[in-house]
Parts: sequence; C-alpha cells; structure tokens
Amino acid sequence: MNSTFQGVTSQEYKYGFVTDIEADSVAPGLNEEVIRFISAKKGEPDWLLDFRLKAYRHWLTLAEPGWAKVQYPTPDFQKIVYYSAPRPKKAQFASMDEVDPELKRTFEKLGVPIHEQEALAGVAVDVVFDSVSVTTTYKEKLAAVGIIFCSFSEAVKTHPDLVKRYLGSVVPAADNFYAALNSAVFTDGSFVFIPKGVACPMDLSTYFRINNQESGQFERTLIVAEEGASVSYLEGCTAPRFDTNQLHAAVVELVALDHASIKYSTVQNWYAGDKDGKGGIFNFVTKRGLCKGRGSHISWTQVETGSAITWKYPSCVLLGDDSIGEFYSVALTNHKQQADTGTKMIHIGRNTKSTIISKGISAGDSSNSYRGLVKVQPKAEGARNFSQCDSMLIGHTCSANTFPTLDVQNRSARVEHEATTSKIGEEQLFYFQQRGIPAEEAISMIINGFCKDVFRELPMEFAVEATKLLSLKLEGSVG
Amino acid sequence: MLSIKNLTASINGTPVLKGIDLEIKAGEIHAIMGPNGSGKSTLGKVLVGHPSYEVTGGEVLFEGKNLFDLEPDVRARAGLFMGFQHPIEVPGVSNAAFLRLAYNKKAEAEGRDELDPLEFDDFIREKIKLVSMKEAFLDRSLNEGFSGGEKKRNEILQMAVLEPKLAILDELDSGLDIDALRVLGDAVNKLMRPDHALLVITHFPRILETIRPQFVHVLSGGRILKQGGPGLAIELEERGYDWVVEEAATGGHR
Repeated sequence: MNSTFQGVTSQEYKYGFVTDIEADSVAPGLNEEVIRFISAKKGEPDWLLDFRLKAYRHWLTLAEPGWAKVQYPTPDFQKIVYYSAPRPKKAQFASMDEVDPELKRTFEKLGVPIHEQEALAGVAVDVVFDSVSVTTTYKEKLAAVGIIFCSFSEAVKTHPDLVKRYLGSVVPAADNFYAALNSAVFTDGSFVFIPKGVACPMDLSTYFRINNQESGQFERTLIVAEEGASVSYLEGCTAPRFDTNQLHAAVVELVALDHASIKYSTVQNWYAGDKDGKGGIFNFVTKRGLCKGRGSHISWTQVETGSAITWKYPSCVLLGDDSIGEFYSVALTNHKQQADTGTKMIHIGRNTKSTIISKGISAGDSSNSYRGLVKVQPKAEGARNFSQCDSMLIGHTCSANTFPTLDVQNRSARVEHEATTSKIGEEQLFYFQQRGIPAEEAISMIINGFCKDVFRELPMEFAVEATKLLSLKLEGSVG
Repeated sequence: MLSIKNLTASINGTPVLKGIDLEIKAGEIHAIMGPNGSGKSTLGKVLVGHPSYEVTGGEVLFEGKNLFDLEPDVRARAGLFMGFQHPIEVPGVSNAAFLRLAYNKKAEAEGRDELDPLEFDDFIREKIKLVSMKEAFLDRSLNEGFSGGEKKRNEILQMAVLEPKLAILDELDSGLDIDALRVLGDAVNKLMRPDHALLVITHFPRILETIRPQFVHVLSGGRILKQGGPGLAIELEERGYDWVVEEAATGGHR
C-alpha cells in the first residue's frame, strides 16, 4: 500500500519548460547603482527612487528571518538578476496579435490560452511575464466606471498621487527582510483602484510566471477600494522547471475604506523542485490587507500547491469598527516541499470579526506548518475570531504542524480555535477501490472533500482549476 | 462463477487462511459461518484485495480470470462487491457524489452510459426505497456520523447501485435491530438474480432466516471444517461451534 501512495503522489511537475525570449537584463547583484538603474529604466519620479533607496538601506541592516519551520540555503543576493524584461517588438500592443507568439504558446501549454481568457466572460487578464506587463484587456470597459486596473509601472506614470498615497501604507518598506528587499527592487506588478461606490463588474485576474533563469521576481501589487466599493481579484501562477532555486519575494497591499470589500484569491503552482528537492521556487511573500474604514471587509483565499519553500501569511489589520477579515487556505506539500503559512488577524477596532479556515495537506517527505496570530488589542471591544486548522497526512514520511498564537487584551473578546489532524488511511482508500473507484480518483475525491470549505470561497472557474491542480499534484501512475 | 483452490493467506507474517477450497456457481447463496477469529472475514477481504493481507498460496478464479492479477478497483468493476462489517467514515465526501462516481466507473467499464447528477438523482431516489433510507442521507458525508444501522443500509444501497455479480456480505446483522435486519435481508433477496451469487459471512445464524443459503460452510482455524445444506445452520444455532471443531480434531471430517 505504501508503494501505491508513492505511486499516486510521485507525479512530477507537468509545466517544466522554458520559453526563449531575449531578455533585457541588468548584471547580477544588488547595490544602489542597480536600484538607480531599475528606477531610471522605468522612468520613475524621485520620490519613488527615494522610497527604494530608503528600503534598500534599511534592508542592509536586517538579517534574514530564521523563525519559520523551513530549511534552505540562504539565497546569494549578489547572484540574483534584479531586472529583466521581454523586449517588445513594438512599444505598445494594440491587440493580442502583436504579443510575442512564443509567449502565447507558453500560456497555451499551461492551459490558460489568452484568447480563451479574453473570451471568458467577466475576466480581465493582466499578464505579468518576467516582471513586465505585456498586455492588459478590458481596460476601457473598466475605465468607463472609473476603475483603474493596470501594471504598477503604468500606474506610477498615470496616477502618481494615488500610488504615492497608498504605497507602503499597509506594508511599510521596513516591515520585514523580504518586504524591504521587494520595496528596494520591485520591477512591476498590478495596480487596482476602485472608486467610491463602484462594484467592479468583473473579476480581475493576473497570471504570474517566472521565466528567466536566475532572475528574481519581485512583484508589487496594490489594491485600493474606496468607500462602498467592491472587487474580486484573482492571482494564479505556474513556473517552468529549473535546477537552481529562484527567489520570489512579492508584496501585496490591500486597502479597504468605509464599507468597501476586497476579495483576493490565489491559486499558486510554482515549480516545487524535483522529487529529491532540487530546484524549485523560494516563495517569501508579504500580503496584508488594511480594513481601514468602518464596516470594511477583506477576504484572502489561497490554494498553495507549488514552491520548494513557502513563507506566506496573508493578514488583515482590522482598524475600522465592525470590519471583517477572512482567511481561507489550502496548502498542499509533496516530495521535499516545505510550507510555513498562515495568517495574522489584528483586531484594533470595535466589534471586528475574523474567520480563519486552514487546510494543510502533506504527502511525500514534505513539511507543512500552519502559523497564525490572532491579536485583540485593548480597544477592540466585542472582537470575535473563529479559527479552524485541519491537517491531512498522506503516507508515513510527511509532517504537519500547527502554531496558533492568541494574544487577547480585551476581556469582551471571543476567540475560538479548533484543530484536527487526519490521515488518508489505507482503509478509506480501499473502501473507494472496493466500489470500483481507482486509487488516484479516490485520493482526489477525499482531498476535495477535505478542502470543500475553502473551495466554496473561490470564484467558480478558479475552484475548478484548483480542484484539477490538487489532483495533478497528487495523482500519477498507480504502481 | 468463483473457484477457490487451496487458498492460503497471512497478515503480518501470521497465517490466517490455511488452505480454503470453495466453488460458488451463479444462482447460489453460500454462507460462511464460524467462531470469532476463525478467518471468515479474512476470506472475504482477501477476495476483494484488502492491502493488509498477503496471499501466500493457492488460486482464485472469478469468471475464469485469476483474481490476484486484478487491482481491487478492477475486481470491483468486474462485479465483485463486499458489504463491510464496519464501513469507514469519509468526512467531506458527499454520499451521493460517491455513489455516482462508483456507478459511473462501473458503467464506463461496461460501456454503458454514465449518469449526470440529475439523472443519477432520479436513479438513486428509486434505489433508496429498497433499503428504507431517508433521502437526507444522500447529502450527508459518506458514513460520517451514521449509526451502525444506517451504515449497513448504506452498504446495501451501494450493492443496489452496483448490482454486483457476487456480493460478499460480512456480518450484515451486526449493529442491526430485527426490523432493520428484515428490511435489508429482503432488499438483498430482491437484488439476487439467477446470474448472481451471494456469499454471506456471519457468526450468528439469525440472518440466514431471511437470506436463505443452499450451502453452509463452517470455517475455523483458517480451514473449512464442515460443509452442509441449510440444516447445518439450524444445527449450529442449537449446538454452537465447539462440536464441529472437536469432530474435526478427532478426524471425523475435513
């Protein structure tokens, strides 16, 4: 039976291919010159160069964090290429026909052909490829209702005041080691602004893909929803296979003003390394949402299946009274993958509510940890939190850990925490097989059942994709 | 339909079955009886390919095919079914979705049309009447929080959905009250067809009053010690198992 588990869980990464696009890169290494180069290349205003340089100088004083339950060689930050961009054949793409055919083929291999994405009713796709936005769709339609959805670089040029007002307002440049690094060298990302009272008429979507070997990926995303506005944002990623580790250190900032609502969903499938743990992406992400206004609502949903190392805690700062923060997560690890992920819910305002649903699935020799903080500050009268952290183990050589921290400084607060650990046992699997269901479909069905509470939070197409992805990660030829 | 020749099997290196011979033909109902720990449940589990057991010798042909060449799910789709004594709970997986997937896997293997959720809904609502199960159980997680009796109803419901050629029912009566036992016994009888066969594994003869076997085999110590007709079950009801074991020890029967 053990061999069946291994057979089922040993399928290798299907998306391991490299697209050959002539990159416009800076030499490896990091210093103030490189930062000035990036800023100049992008034609940035002085205040943004200052932001970068301050972040860089602070970063130099920081040590890499070592508290997470993950082990990896410290990246050599002087070997990383901090800027690379695909060279456009023209300055602007008026239509998809002008996009590099090589790039289009890559997306087709991934099963996310852009023409289908365009056709998908209600989904606008802002494709980020090697740090620079290549194409943006539906922009005009969104602009008609005053929504700004564009690459970060473009936003710096067209809406500098908005960027300046909110950049670093949720994740300060000095927040942590990787956030500081990102603040110094970020090359591009997405910017979303939903004006007062506007409900975004479609889900906004970005596909990320790391391509150039040795190139770091430092995305910066900023989403602002003004009073009464609402938006659902989807982020999905995959990456080609490489033998050297690739560092990814993104920063995502969300700001919700009075009665605004932001729903941020991620399906992540970066290359996780081979069966022996060689290669794979290091994913060190800082994601934080600020429920700034009264009655505001921020919801994180993530399905984490890739990366060699995942270090990620999408969090909510519940500043406005009656604001709501939610975190729904599925983290799957296989082979030698290590994930240390969870959330922080910081209750500051009165009657603030938070919900945490975390599902960890470990297979192979992987390690999967939930780490969470629920903090209720003294003035957070009537704050409420519910946390549920479930772990599922497949096989005998993986591990699951839960590190919940509660820090409650207001007596009226109600905080509940539940945790379970279960195993896909031989008996469950055999029961399915005895009813004529092959082992891999059985595992897929059991896992999807386990993750149901999270999947129902995902937008429909994403839920389908996530279900396929989990099956892909766990299925294989049953030996 | 099923031909077992000198079958031996062990668990963790300990022999449990020590040479079983058994022939089951279409249309027949067989009962395997015996004291606790005799190996009768093991026989059922070995036939359906439970991973805890190792087959150490002998041969089993199911409709002419060597059973041990087939994965458990292939055996199931070929028409072999086991109703478990203790059906396992699977949280999060809806009973209806599980039943439909099982049905469709078999339909696919037999080249029949698969049923979409709406078609299956009509199909399953007919089937549950047979086992007097409440429709609410279809929407619940597979066996999760079901009582012992509800789990057994669900087993026979699965049998009704899959219509197996050979159903092995392991201790169907355990956890059932008399009324439920009669309902499920009647359901099993209704599902029985001339081209099907049944192997009923039971410690107590009570169930055999409803599901009436033509052949009764007494298993003890991993061997079949005595074989007979329906009368043997009645004799066991009256006299227990000890005399069979003693008779075998003194060389009366093999």
